Amino acid sequence: MEVVEKKNKNKQYKPILDGIPDWPVYQLSKNRKEFIEEVAQKTFAHIKKNRPSPKQIIDEIQATVYREQQRMKRNRWRVDPADEPKFWSTIKNEVVALSTKSPEESEAKADEILYRIVFRYANEIAGNFKATSYRLTREIIKFWFARLLNGARVKKFGAFFRNRYSLRDKIHIVGKVGQLRKLAKEGTIVMVPTHFSNLDSILIGWIIHSLGLPAFIYGAGLNLFNIKIFAYFMNSLGAYKVDRRKKNAPYLETLKFYSMLAVQKGAHSIFFPGGTRSRSGRLEKQLKLGLLSSTIEAQRNLYMETPVGEPVRKIFIVPVTLNYHFVLEAPDLIDDYLSSKGQDRYLPEQDKYGSWQLLQFLFKFFTKGSNISVSIGPGLDIIGNHVNDAGNSLDAHGRIIDTRDYFISNGTVTADKQREDEYTRMLSQKIVSEYHRINRVFASHLVAFVAFELWQKKHPNLDLFGLLRLPEEDQEIKYEEFRAACKRVRKEIYRLKAENKIYHATHLKGKIDLVIRHGLDNVGIFHLKRPLLIDKDGNIITKDFSTLYYYHNRLVGYDLEKFV
Amino acid sequence: MTLKSLSENDKPIGVIGAGNFGSVIANLLARQRNVLLYARNETVVENILSKRENRGYKMHERITPTNNLSAIAEQCDIIFPIVPSAHFRSMMKELSPYLHPYHLLIHGTKGFDLMLPDGQTIDTMAKLNRSMVKTMSEVIAEESVVARVGCLAGPNLARELAEGHPAATVIASHFNEVINVGKRLLRNDHFQVYGNNDLVGVELAGVLKNVIAIAAGALSGMGYGENAKGLLISRGMVEMVYLGRALGGNTKAFLGIAGIGDLATTCNSSLSRNFNVGFRLAQGETLENILASTDEIAEGINTVQIAKKCADYYKVRAPITSTLYHVLFEEMTVKRAIEHLMRYPLNVDIDFLAE
Repeated sequence: MEVVEKKNKNKQYKPILDGIPDWPVYQLSKNRKEFIEEVAQKTFAHIKKNRPSPKQIIDEIQATVYREQQRMKRNRWRVDPADEPKFWSTIKNEVVALSTKSPEESEAKADEILYRIVFRYANEIAGNFKATSYRLTREIIKFWFARLLNGARVKKFGAFFRNRYSLRDKIHIVGKVGQLRKLAKEGTIVMVPTHFSNLDSILIGWIIHSLGLPAFIYGAGLNLFNIKIFAYFMNSLGAYKVDRRKKNAPYLETLKFYSMLAVQKGAHSIFFPGGTRSRSGRLEKQLKLGLLSSTIEAQRNLYMETPVGEPVRKIFIVPVTLNYHFVLEAPDLIDDYLSSKGQDRYLPEQDKYGSWQLLQFLFKFFTKGSNISVSIGPGLDIIGNHVNDAGNSLDAHGRIIDTRDYFISNGTVTADKQREDEYTRMLSQKIVSEYHRINRVFASHLVAFVAFELWQKKHPNLDLFGLLRLPEEDQEIKYEEFRAACKRVRKEIYRLKAENKIYHATHLKGKIDLVIRHGLDNVGIFHLKRPLLIDKDGNIITKDFSTLYYYHNRLVGYDLEKFV
Repeated sequence: MTLKSLSENDKPIGVIGAGNFGSVIANLLARQRNVLLYARNETVVENILSKRENRGYKMHERITPTNNLSAIAEQCDIIFPIVPSAHFRSMMKELSPYLHPYHLLIHGTKGFDLMLPDGQTIDTMAKLNRSMVKTMSEVIAEESVVARVGCLAGPNLARELAEGHPAATVIASHFNEVINVGKRLLRNDHFQVYGNNDLVGVELAGVLKNVIAIAAGALSGMGYGENAKGLLISRGMVEMVYLGRALGGNTKAFLGIAGIGDLATTCNSSLSRNFNVGFRLAQGETLENILASTDEIAEGINTVQIAKKCADYYKVRAPITSTLYHVLFEEMTVKRAIEHLMRYPLNVDIDFLAE
């Protein structure tokens, strides 16, 4: 029995800005040279400020040269520029020569070297947005997705070239879309999505386009640029490069200033604040504070640099959750998680993907009913206050407040690192609670949660790792018991929704048997070993306990356990 | 810099609440800056204006009394709310529409706020958890947009401060900025100001010590001596740490001025209201009788009730608190209570510090 899929009501959105030349990211790339110089100068000044003595600067340069040479020796990539070894050996020689110079000369020269390093990094990081290739990429992606979708869905000759379905039917966008579009005109958007899958960034890119928003910039791992075709797409979508091999201070500072100044100049950005994909399948609880704190700093800089009385461009944080029935990497992610938690008590089984599996997945994704939904959260200011459609910050009672006031001390805007660290913490907590609020429960999340909790309840003395090694004959739940528990948990989810603490997909409503069916049909649908199935006697069984645990984790944190 | 400090001196400092502690803090602040003091009662305002006197304290000439709450928010950037915990939330609700994110609030209230489900009272609730029990800084955060919040705690007996005896206080806040402002405004030759970043820990220490203060009064009222008091202070301290940790504070705050400092002071002083409640109980007076004869609120009575019900919820061993609860609300005599405590099977001296 198939649960009928409704034709998506999502409408087509008109672009909020007419031509690409109006886009902030285009402006940024047009003035690329000046921008890179500004990044380099500000980074340089910042490093100098924190290392007042010439000795500290020279130490920093030496450490950087050493690390870079080690990296080149051990781990060179195709994208790495050819002149790299020469650049660093020149720097090394110049640093050695410093000792023969007078203190004044040596100080000036060290500064010059540091600037050269930072400038090189800024150039490496900088994105290369091109309007022509953006348009081309967009069309290619649209065209092929549509072909796949229609070819698979419409069972008629020539269906391949029909346009009956579009990606919009696969991907539901819910939440504060209208507000997001308005805010993107009023100020600068920093979108902070949850991160579960490598598909996320592609998905977000498509969503931004389909909502009629100008391209957003985001940091993409430099490893992706090794593949030429990827590099082309990434560049055209406004990505800048993040090289995770480089951990030296000048590089990290340059990176920080790059993203911060881009936001400050009005480039809409995407940060994944969880830092990395969620390994456990839980909604992010701990966020990386670095990017959030540079967002706050960018806003404060705007307040400081704009003369009093003139309008200041505001930065809006928009939390987004991505909701899947199926996460391609789930078995690997949960293995990572369990091995780091369980140490030697957990031995992961090998189960890797090649490109063939990836293709299979894409095909299945388009042919079968595994929908994705994206919840757009309400806009927040950089402290975490909700904003209205005009971009004004509101207090809990709906009164308009001035975000600038948060930075005021004795009547003027001041920079106070410790204060901003505290604001970063507040913002991060707010984002986490918004994630939980806008999270959209699917039937598959419900069944996975209930099944795992039931097993846990049956074996109260086993810890997680004991549970994962449960013999097969114990891995069975009577359908009636399962059904009753699902009903209780669903009721509680309804109650939480009424209190505005969670959302659920429309398919969660209706007859519980249908909902369970829908959930079982979809949970981890394309895994080789299904996390949850119904056996021939009509009872619930699992073929992969740890993946079930992964999908179960999506509903952890709502105190639903006691209703199972 | 001169320009900046000039502008800083323009605005008066606000104090909300003209009770004992509020009046003394207003006087301390007035040594450096103009002060706007809010009193709910108009006669208090008139008395300060005409006689320069309140609750037996001489009021500094730089203090301007008012009973207009919005004026405090409009004229002052830095405000010290010092009102009893029972009125704190309603005061914040009234003040909140006039507050902005540039305000700094440093409160001096040592009590809990209670928010119960509809139709419930503290007597109908068998247990209480943290979602119902809030510290004052949490009330400020819930009711207003002010982010930069701090609290003032420590052994600050109002009478001694007024007389200029040497003393110290701690200002706790997540924001160093708030701590520094507090130091700048309050510090003088007789008054030392320390900083602490564990806001909730310091608040809890200040609140929970009131329980032990009542117990100390009771011991004293029974005529017991210094051994008994030493026993009470040290065991009371352990109990505070456990309860405090269950409610979200760190151990460290309890070892500082707001914890052991305040505890030792209140347990030795007949100036303390909480101590007095315990003393009179031991002398055989009833709680009703005691409450009827005093005009200021002893925060400790309310705190005993809340702390006991929290201890039950979080399954924390708190023998002193729960025995005191029986004395206050269930007619156990102080004598029986002490007998009960002395038979209590406690064996480990210190078990709250990591080795």
